[in-house]
Amino acid sequence: MLAVNIEISLKDVNARNMAGNINWFKYSSPQSFYPLAGRMVPWFLTAAALSGIVGLYVGFFVAPTDFQQGESYRIIFIHVPAAWMSMFIYVVMAFWAAAGLAFNTRLSSMMATALAPTGALMTFIALWTGSLWGKPTWGTWWVWDARLTSELILLFLYVGFMALQAAIDDPRRADKAGAVLALVGVVNVPIIYFSVQWWNTLHQGASVSLTKSPSMAAAMLAGMLIMTFSFWMYSIAAALMRVRAIILERERNTEWVKAI
Amino acid sequence: MNWGSFGEFLAMGGYGLYVWGSYVITLLLIALELALLAARHRAALRGRAEPRRQRD
Repeated sequence: MLAVNIEISLKDVNARNMAGNINWFKYSSPQSFYPLAGRMVPWFLTAAALSGIVGLYVGFFVAPTDFQQGESYRIIFIHVPAAWMSMFIYVVMAFWAAAGLAFNTRLSSMMATALAPTGALMTFIALWTGSLWGKPTWGTWWVWDARLTSELILLFLYVGFMALQAAIDDPRRADKAGAVLALVGVVNVPIIYFSVQWWNTLHQGASVSLTKSPSMAAAMLAGMLIMTFSFWMYSIAAALMRVRAIILERERNTEWVKAI
Repeated sequence: MNWGSFGEFLAMGGYGLYVWGSYVITLLLIALELALLAARHRAALRGRAEPRRQRD
């Protein structure tokens, strides 16, 4: 009974410190983040579904036929969003992994772990749809050029990160080992992005960039950007769902998890 | 409107296999990920009860 009382009073002190002095760290504790993430997931899933429907409508019914590639170009509405997300998720994953390494915050490392499978999925979708686009336009499913090869390496980085973490029993050590791998692999992201400029590749250059106006029809661009938003919202929802499961798995012996 | 009929929509100007091969697999993979995530969450909720039972 005495032990229980002490435990409760310690918890009160911790809660007061978190709420009072360092309020912005409140949600960095898995216990506070678990219900918050649970409340956010339906919103992100709804945003992903609605924007996905609008994006597909624009992509199939508003955007015109491409004068060179015919209807095959409509793969762009998932290929480019998936490829962008594959790189973006990797950077976000490396960021959380680095934060976990630097500040020793458990939730940061859990976020990195939660992002990896969704990033790998986006990378696979980019490669799969790229292959199905390459066959009719280039005449081949696959070619070992700079863009395709560096994107394949990205898939191996995601899979390597997951395999490494799965191979280490102690979660905190797995977090650290994974973080080192994620940080080393981040050099691959600019290599993917600039590969079409640095090397002579079969893959076309960027149709959309920050420095010049897009070289495509407005409706095509709109469809692509709406689908990118949809993929983005989906990725956040999936990562939040996974981090909730990871929190439960890792904290299953704590009182608050048993009380859910 | 780009398509005169549903058949034309499915044909995708002769690129139906490539376009639908991209979209259908993408949708299936996303549905699969969501199903796996829901299953993992349920398993995690079940898993947390086990240590308590062992201690009793």
